This record gives sequence, structure tokens and C-alpha cells, in this order.
Amino acid sequence: MFDFILKGIFRDRSRFLFPIIIISAGVSLMVFFLSFMDGYIESMIRQNARFETGHVKIVTKAYNELISQKPYDLGFLDNQEELDVWKTEYPQFDWAERITFGAILDKADSLGNSLSQGQVMGFALDLIGGDLEIRNLRLKETMAKGRLPLAPGEILLSDRTFEAMQLQLGDSLMLLGSTADGSMAFAQVVIIGTVVFGYEALDRGGIIMDLEDARSFLDMPGGSAEVLGFLRSDSYNDKEIKKLTTAFNDKYSTEDEYSPLMLSLSDQNGLGYILWITDFTFLMMSLVFILILGIVLWNSGLMSGIRRYGEFGIRLAIGEEKKHIYRSLILESLCIGTIGSLIGLLLGFIFSYPLSIWGLDMSQYGKTSTMVFENVIRTKLSIGIFITSFIPGICASLLGTALAGTAIYKRQTSQLFKELEQ
Amino acid sequence: MKKLLILILAAFALAVQAQNPTPQQILRAIDQNLTSTTVKSTSRMVINSRRSTRTVASINYSRGNTDFYTEYTSPPRDKGTKMLKQGNSLWIYDPNTQRTVQISGNMLRQSVMGSDLSYEDFMEESSLLEQYTAALEGDLTYEGRDCWKLLLTAKSNRISYPSKRIYVDKARNVPLYEEWFARSGRLLKTIKASNVTRIGSRWYPRRVVFKDELKQGRGTEYIVDSIEFDVPIPASIFSRTQLGN
Repeated sequence: MFDFILKGIFRDRSRFLFPIIIISAGVSLMVFFLSFMDGYIESMIRQNARFETGHVKIVTKAYNELISQKPYDLGFLDNQEELDVWKTEYPQFDWAERITFGAILDKADSLGNSLSQGQVMGFALDLIGGDLEIRNLRLKETMAKGRLPLAPGEILLSDRTFEAMQLQLGDSLMLLGSTADGSMAFAQVVIIGTVVFGYEALDRGGIIMDLEDARSFLDMPGGSAEVLGFLRSDSYNDKEIKKLTTAFNDKYSTEDEYSPLMLSLSDQNGLGYILWITDFTFLMMSLVFILILGIVLWNSGLMSGIRRYGEFGIRLAIGEEKKHIYRSLILESLCIGTIGSLIGLLLGFIFSYPLSIWGLDMSQYGKTSTMVFENVIRTKLSIGIFITSFIPGICASLLGTALAGTAIYKRQTSQLFKELEQ
Repeated sequence: MKKLLILILAAFALAVQAQNPTPQQILRAIDQNLTSTTVKSTSRMVINSRRSTRTVASINYSRGNTDFYTEYTSPPRDKGTKMLKQGNSLWIYDPNTQRTVQISGNMLRQSVMGSDLSYEDFMEESSLLEQYTAALEGDLTYEGRDCWKLLLTAKSNRISYPSKRIYVDKARNVPLYEEWFARSGRLLKTIKASNVTRIGSRWYPRRVVFKDELKQGRGTEYIVDSIEFDVPIPASIFSRTQLGN
């Protein structure tokens, strides 16, 4: 049967050429756009995870209430034993502790008087103990001057603030802030390097300090504001992570407002909404694609029906049932849809693959943005995208034919010969 | 007869008005009661934050409304930290790093020692009468005391709190309760004074509770352990060289 239908299709160019071109063009476009969007979203997740949210984050319940204000005074104090337990229990994550704080950076003159000051946002992470955080924040790549801190008291400063305060590498400055219990906090620090973060909030006045220095400065021995977990596989599955966070919170979260609370990436910074919007957009794109292509193919089917008017008449006249003709048309469209979609997948792959390797430089568009995303966006090709593009290709073809084919049922057998005589 | 009645009523109204001081007179009386040429005091600040309660003790000196010097004596981490205000400038000295840092700009809005008071609150210079115009909103009984209820409106845009509502003890010229508002009308701070004691010719609140209404926590108690008015204070106390000594 299939052989018969395929021969029928390919022996009549007008039957297959236009539908196949339409379907393959639509499917290839869909592969390209979906892979680009998926790449963009994955980049955003990766950047947010590295900079801000981790794939999971553990904070105290009190901290979580005011999390947008980063209230380190409500963070963990001396929680190293708990952290060791979590590390053992969740080996799929790399764990990193962080503290974010506000402070004043004060440069003195030769007499010790304040010469210039800048308000800074401190970002404390483990710089000396390992290179996880150096990799997460791509510090080596974003260094503008100097080197990474190697000893206590050495800090990195945003390049913009460094220039604005007219500093020199090696300058010793005073950092002035508040300890976790509100006392005044003072620390002498040395600027050892500058960084262009590529992230407006930090470029405006960010400093990077070793975690141990920050603990001493803020009087938080063994403490931290946030404990971030990074999946070693780097592959984030929101449903799986949600299950994990629920289990963690059931086990460790108590009535105590300083008990730990695990947040998934999608619980933070409105990323859950972004992920939902992305899924919704994918679905809507598929539906719109099916609808538009369906209408185009419906029209094409109608034109084909007019052209094959005589053929259907003869087939009815020799006793073929209307529903059999209709089924054969559907089967034809299934073949055309499949072939068109396969060609579309191949073309989509050809268009998208180079971008998945070399990427598209979006840095020009991110200069004034406060969103966290990478400068180079790459398409992400996956089986899921091929399936998501392939199915609408077939569905559109079937829909178009199903609508156009209903014309067969309007043919009156009694009028066939009259029609054929004309 | 009718004229006589009107005359009696008018005389009565004048008498009542004579008894009731004007809002400006009330402000002047408060200023006279609470400010002096110099003040030396020891105090404790009990800071009730969300997580803990801690007490910071200090010795304080002031001269007029412009100069103010504080040296923290406990807890150990804060001991030796000094704060000097001269006119519009504020400096902090850290004994560990032996550095003096000037506090300015946005930093003035930060909390002092984690309390419900900001540096800006310390910076208010002038007397109430110089800073605000007052309107009498009536009288009421607050904590068993007869009080005037006044609404103060700042005379200048540079004043940190554009309006305040205060309840002033009629007999002792001490504000017992205050509400400080933002320009939007949002309540920013409340202040409750108690333990009002007689010190010489003045009435002075020995315990004041400051509450930052934008912060969680139970407020900051400011307790005056000892206070002396109009005592001689060496000028060197208010000089920057004093900070490093």
C-alpha cells in the first residue's frame, strides 16, 4: 500500500513538491529557533546559577524572608558541621559558601585622612581554598588588571570603581561596614587586581574578597549567608531538583527561623516564571506552527483536489468508497509530512550546528543590561528539539489534508458522469 | 445683657488663650529644657535586633547642637571606637586599624552600631524651633501625663524627617512620644521617652526607646546612666586629634 502511495506521490511532482517545501522550511525554522531559545535559556540558567542562585541554594528561613536584601546578619553562624553532613548526603553537588555585603571603601591620604570613598558591594567567596568559585565567576577570564588574591587581605575590585577612585594596584584601603550583630566593622585590604564582571550591578562597585576575610570582617566565624550547590553534571532538571529540595526541607527545616531552607534555581530571581514562560512559548510556537502550516497545506490540498477532481470522480465511479479515498489522502499526507519533516530536520541541523559550535556574539546587546547572560549565545541541539519540530511538521500536513479532503464527501455519485462529461 | 454676656465670653476665651501656649512657645520650652551649652553623659544602648540583644556603653560629650563626641567603652569588640561630629562632618576612629574614616553621603543613612538610629539622626544640628514649624492638634493623656499633641513640619528640604508628630508633657516640656515621617507620609521611626527625672532645673528622660519602623526587631533602648549639664569640657575633646589618642 505504502509503495503504491509513494509511487503515486513521486510520479506526480505537483503532489509533493509544494507541501514538502513548505513543511521542510517550517520544520527547519522551528529547529533553528527552538535550539537558539534553548541555548539562550540554558546560558541564562548557567550564568544565574554561577553568579547568583546555584542549582540549589541553602539559606536560613529568616534570610529567605528578606533574600532580595541579602541580610547576612540573618545567615548561618558556625554551620560547618551541618555543611559537612549535606556534602556527604548530596554528593552530586559541589558546594560553595558565599556572603554578600555592603561597605564603604575608603582611601586615605598620607596623614590618614579620607581622600576618596566609594560605596561597594562585597562578594565573599572561597578564593584561596580552591578554584570552584574562580571558575564559577570566570574570574581568570574577566580579570582586567593584576592577579587573583593569594593571601588574606587581598581583594579584587571592579575596574570601573578602581578607575573612578584613581587607585593603584597594591593600594591599601580601609573597608568600613557592619558586623553581623551591627557593630562597626573595619578591615584593611589591599587591591591586588581588577575585574570587569560584565554584570552591571557588580561593575558599578563590586569587590571580591576571600570568604575567610569576610568572616573576620563581618564577625561571622564559620558562617555564611548562602550555601550554593552546583550540579556536577551541569544539567538542570527542575522537576528532579524540586523533589530534592522538598525532601531536604522536610528533613532539615524546622520551626526555628534559623534552620536551613533549600531553594531550587527556579525558586529564585523569578527564574521559575522564566522557565514556565519558556515552556509555554515552546508549546505556543508548536501550535502556531501547526495552525499556519495547516492552513497553507489546507489551501494546497484544496488546489490539489481541484486538479485531481477527475481522478477522485473516476475512483468513486469504479466503486471506491469515499472514506477509503479520504484515508488514502491522509496516508499520502503522512508520507509527505514525514519526508518534509525529515528534510526540515536535516536543514535545521545544518543551519543550527555551526552556531552550536561558534555561537553568536551578543555582547553589543548586553552592555546596558542588568540581566545575567553570557556574551556568546550558542544554539543547543537535542533529541527533544528534533521531536518537538518533527511532530508539528507531520501534524500540519495531516491537518491540511484532513480539512481539504472533506470535499470528497460532498461529491454526489449521481452527478459523476455528468461531471466527467464536462 | 446680651452685650455683657458677649464681653464675658470674650474675656473667658482670652483667658483660656493666655493659658494655652502657642505651638512655637511649646517648641521653645522643649529646646530650653533639653539643650544646654555642654553636656557630659554616660549611656548604654540596648540594641534588640531580630537575632540577639546586645548592649553598647559609651561616654558622650556635646557642645551646643553642633559638636558631639562619643567613645565606646564596651563590648570588647567596640571598645575604643570613637565618633566625632563637628558641624556637618562625622568621623569614626577604629582603634584596631588606627584609622579615622569620614562618614558621608549614603553612609549617613546607615545604622549606628546596628541600632535603630542612623548617623543622620546624630547629625541633626539645630533646635526644634529652628528646624520645624508646629501646629497644635489638641491635647491628650499619654502614659498618665497631660500632653500637647503637635504636628511639626520641616522648614527646609534638608531636614531628614519632613514631619513629626510629638506628644509633649505639658508640665515638664519633655516629648514623651514621637512619630517621624518620610516625605511620602510613611512612618519611619517612633520614639518613646520614659523615666523622666529632674536634673537641676530640667526634666530629662533617662530612658528612650527608638524603633525603626522599617526594620524588624524590638527597637533600641537608650539609657542615660549619668548626665551633667553645663559642665566645663576641654575644647580638645572636640578636635580630630582626640580621635587617635
